[in-house]
Amino acid sequence: MRLVVVGNGMAGSRLVSEVRARDPRIRITVFGAETCRPYNRVLLSDVLAGGSRPDQVRLLDASWYAAHDVEAVFGDAVAHLDRETRHVVTASGRREPYDLLVLATGSDAVVPPIPGVERAVPFRTLDDCARILAAAEHAGRAVVVGGGLLGVEAARGLAGRGLPVTLLHLAGHLMERQLDVEAGEVLGETLAGLGVRTRTGVSAEAVLEDGVRLAGGELVEAGLVVLACGVRPVTGLAAEAGLEVRRGVVVDDELRTDDPSIFAIGECAEHDGTVYGLVAPAWEQAAVAADVITGGKALYRGSRLVTRLKARSVELAAMGETHLTEEHAEVVRFSHRARGTYRKLVIRDGRLVGAILLGESDAVGTLTQLFDRGGPVPGDRAGLLFPGLSAAPVADSPTLMPDAARVCQCNNVTKGQIRACWEAGARDLAGVAAATRATTGCGTCRDAVEGIVGWLCEQEGIAV
Amino acid sequence: MGEPVKTHCPYCALQCGMEIGPELAVRPRTDIPANASGALCQKGWTAGELLTSGERLTTPLLHGEPVEWDVALDHVAGRLAVIRAEHGPDAVAVFGGGGLTNEKAYMLGKFARVALGTSQIDYNGRFCMSSAAAASIRAFGMDRGMPFPVTDLAAADVVLLAGGNVAETMPPLVRHLEGPRLIVVDPRRSPTARLAWLHLQPAPGTDLALALGLLHLVVAENLVDEQYVAARTTGFADVRTSLAEWWPERVERITGVPVHRMRQAVRALAAAANAYVLTGRGVEQQAKGTDTVTAFVNLALALGLPGRAGSGYGCVTGQGNGQGGREHGQKADQLPGYRRIDDPAARAHVAGVWGVPPESLPGAGRSAYELLDALGGPGGPRALLVFGSNPLVSAPAAEHVAARIAALDLLVACDFVLSETAARADVVFPVTQWAEESGTMTNLEGRVLLRNRAVAPPDGVRSDLEVIAGLAARLGHRFATEPAEVFDELRRAGRGGPADYSGITYERIAEEKGVFWPCPEPGHPGTPRPFLDRFAHPDGLAMFVPVRHRPPAEEPDEDYPVHLTTGRVLAHYQSGAQTRRIAPLVQAAPEPFVELHPDLAERLEIAAGDVVRLTSRRGEARAVARISDTIRRDTVFMPFHWEGANRLTNPALDPTSRMPEFKVCAVRVERDS
Repeated sequence: MRLVVVGNGMAGSRLVSEVRARDPRIRITVFGAETCRPYNRVLLSDVLAGGSRPDQVRLLDASWYAAHDVEAVFGDAVAHLDRETRHVVTASGRREPYDLLVLATGSDAVVPPIPGVERAVPFRTLDDCARILAAAEHAGRAVVVGGGLLGVEAARGLAGRGLPVTLLHLAGHLMERQLDVEAGEVLGETLAGLGVRTRTGVSAEAVLEDGVRLAGGELVEAGLVVLACGVRPVTGLAAEAGLEVRRGVVVDDELRTDDPSIFAIGECAEHDGTVYGLVAPAWEQAAVAADVITGGKALYRGSRLVTRLKARSVELAAMGETHLTEEHAEVVRFSHRARGTYRKLVIRDGRLVGAILLGESDAVGTLTQLFDRGGPVPGDRAGLLFPGLSAAPVADSPTLMPDAARVCQCNNVTKGQIRACWEAGARDLAGVAAATRATTGCGTCRDAVEGIVGWLCEQEGIAV
Repeated sequence: MGEPVKTHCPYCALQCGMEIGPELAVRPRTDIPANASGALCQKGWTAGELLTSGERLTTPLLHGEPVEWDVALDHVAGRLAVIRAEHGPDAVAVFGGGGLTNEKAYMLGKFARVALGTSQIDYNGRFCMSSAAAASIRAFGMDRGMPFPVTDLAAADVVLLAGGNVAETMPPLVRHLEGPRLIVVDPRRSPTARLAWLHLQPAPGTDLALALGLLHLVVAENLVDEQYVAARTTGFADVRTSLAEWWPERVERITGVPVHRMRQAVRALAAAANAYVLTGRGVEQQAKGTDTVTAFVNLALALGLPGRAGSGYGCVTGQGNGQGGREHGQKADQLPGYRRIDDPAARAHVAGVWGVPPESLPGAGRSAYELLDALGGPGGPRALLVFGSNPLVSAPAAEHVAARIAALDLLVACDFVLSETAARADVVFPVTQWAEESGTMTNLEGRVLLRNRAVAPPDGVRSDLEVIAGLAARLGHRFATEPAEVFDELRRAGRGGPADYSGITYERIAEEKGVFWPCPEPGHPGTPRPFLDRFAHPDGLAMFVPVRHRPPAEEPDEDYPVHLTTGRVLAHYQSGAQTRRIAPLVQAAPEPFVELHPDLAERLEIAAGDVVRLTSRRGEARAVARISDTIRRDTVFMPFHWEGANRLTNPALDPTSRMPEFKVCAVRVERDS
């Protein structure tokens, strides 16, 4: 069987390795428009921020393809799909036959049709990243257009490099798809403390030599303008070939298009009315498609969305239906803006259906997993938002400790036994240790035993 | 009884020094580094009580009836000969233990290969350290659990302990961890985690993802010790690429460990002048345990820790002779000296010492669980001899194992109490225990120690070595029975192997308070830190191996919605055959329990003290509920020292180490009505 994969990004490359892991024989050819090996787009923000180096975001080594008997074609995009004869034709004219085809063409950055926009750099690919970094060196100031997830990450990354950044956003608050108004505002305040000035409800009208002109005429000065205005699924190939395309290429639960020999996964695919723009769903789809292609029975039923901002000193997780209000759900909310903290749980029918966590919190792991697994939400909501809050206080004061309290775990010695041996004449640590073996194991109860002995002596007015 | 006799504790791999007598009193020694501060835990202090226990076996049992030794030995030897003649040599199997002395472990391997001619020998250490051993051999070319003295830990700045609960399993070790900042990885806020500076609490079965996330951060934050990686390792490029898919936010979603906590851990480790990464059973007893340990080893290598004085990677070995027990040939794939049984040179050398032709030695046999699983079945063993082990309690899917054992033609057990396994045996040989015999143990550091006989055994019992020799004699072979004599033979058989004891003698051990292997010559000082100059691969370099996370073999679903993880409590050791017969330990931990989070308990309407029924795809167990917020809401914990926990556990095996997945499976939890 001949499998052809169009697109060698996050989704396409994942599909290839998933198929190969399941079937060592199937013939695989993968075409990528970019000239480089597949890389992890999620880490581009980290590259922009100066964390990972570009060579650290590659998903596969060059040797992988040979070792796994996969033909990878770089820098030659598929230009045409011939469903009649089951061939793809590349820009350079190569014809490749397929039995099964997977479209993983991803999406393109949206470039707003405004004057001078060619002066701006979209933030989408590794090449874009390199251009932004080169420009940032001499830019003086930067503007990021678009306050969604990617725009916030780009703004934070550039600010972290010491560049004053203005973040322009059309909507009334940042990341309005994931966040409610207050969370968006708290995020803006957090970013302000890190050197990012946020302007919401503004529209960029033109990109000029020295900045961005807003509707109304105001000029926001910048030597570098980065575009993060969202993405648009790349569906031209599919549409031209007559496949059903709405926002994305329409697929069923097997990730098949209306042509059973053609699959679509990742950001170019539309499943059950949804086009996903995150990597986790793309990888879930790749696993299902790989299973189906290799004769399995997996089905894709949609993904739960967890958005996790990757930006240093800004901890933000948002998941599910964060916009539901008390009318439709139980909402638990805590806000402490002075500390950049905002936490919100949205619960319906006893299940967590949405959450926002802004500011560092140990709750993030628990909540994400609760959301992912759809498990019942415990009755103690506060304990969920504030881990450790419900933990019973340990009575470590000798006065309050009950006699049955185990003081020395290693030798199973209670406060009562220490008291008894004190009453029998042991007046110091050594005496208690000799009589009860307390403190002779791991030794961490030494202070507690000394405290009890001291307290007993004090009670009886005996000098220690 | 006169002067106190110097020996070591009968339990865990720390092998605390102790002396016995007069009047069977146990006292800690201060000349053994492991517990030089005079520490002992309750198990150690009460170890003497089993010497006078009324539950001691003192006469052989044949079908439950007391018989003379010769009757029992003749019966077993006769049955073995018949079974072998009818079904071939592999119809007889041997199951050993990590608590046996080096001498016994060695002799058991020789007995199987020479007297029985069977390939079917393995031991319960397969259930303990096999994943760490496989990962260490892969990375360093050699497995010496802790390739440094345990006392080195005290001077480190940071110690990361993944999947270990030393505050309960080996309390005196905690004294060596008072100085460093301690980072503990455990799904439970165990007593050890409560001592930690930082506790990372991943979902059971996700430690591998966590290790990959930590290593991703080391790379992303440019904390790799590039100079070390270049000079002392190979394979990093592939590992670096493999990390791109394990970015911390993804790992957070898999593990439940917050990204900022991962960052904190990585920064502390990287900032430390000296640091250690240690692993325990928690990360090892999984169907991907070898890869999980490999991921932690990769982390240590990227930070430049192994083979550097004051830093390193180590496995916290569990069983008393867990280290020595895996070196001398009671393992299915192994010959003495930690040699591979498929290595022609090793076969020739060992066969020479044993005075048999190399081609007479069988090849590799089944691993422990596969061996138990095959008992009494088509092509499987028909007879099983068990030494120093209680697989009815300690093996996974215990009900299935019990059924396999019941299908045997002959079960023989050597024990000093009537363990659950011995109780089902056709023949039980009553044997000496710890203080009644001499022998060497190799502790978690790779330090060979000497246990001296302190008291005379009760009338009627014999040592395992005598049982082996008695059977061998009836099968036409003469085996030594004196521990010192056996040790000399072990030294010759292991000479030239990785675990070379050639230069170690009982006298030297007594004089030097233990000798570290390898010690290839009489004048050799022993090797406390074997990797300082080079690792044991032919090129002298440590090897990075790329690994990928995958979910546990069994994940919670609608029918079995909760993770079960298993482990230990302070008062008991292993299957509890010994400690459940010591009154103060029973008082401290009288019965099996199940630990639940208050939120889970509330939802299931379970109160503290209720009897809880747990059901998995393999069986069910009952235990008393303990409610504690030290455990995750999605997980329950059960100790495995009693029958029960392992009826639930999953025998999914690690592809390399053949370690069963003790640490995670899916269960249903209900109040027992």
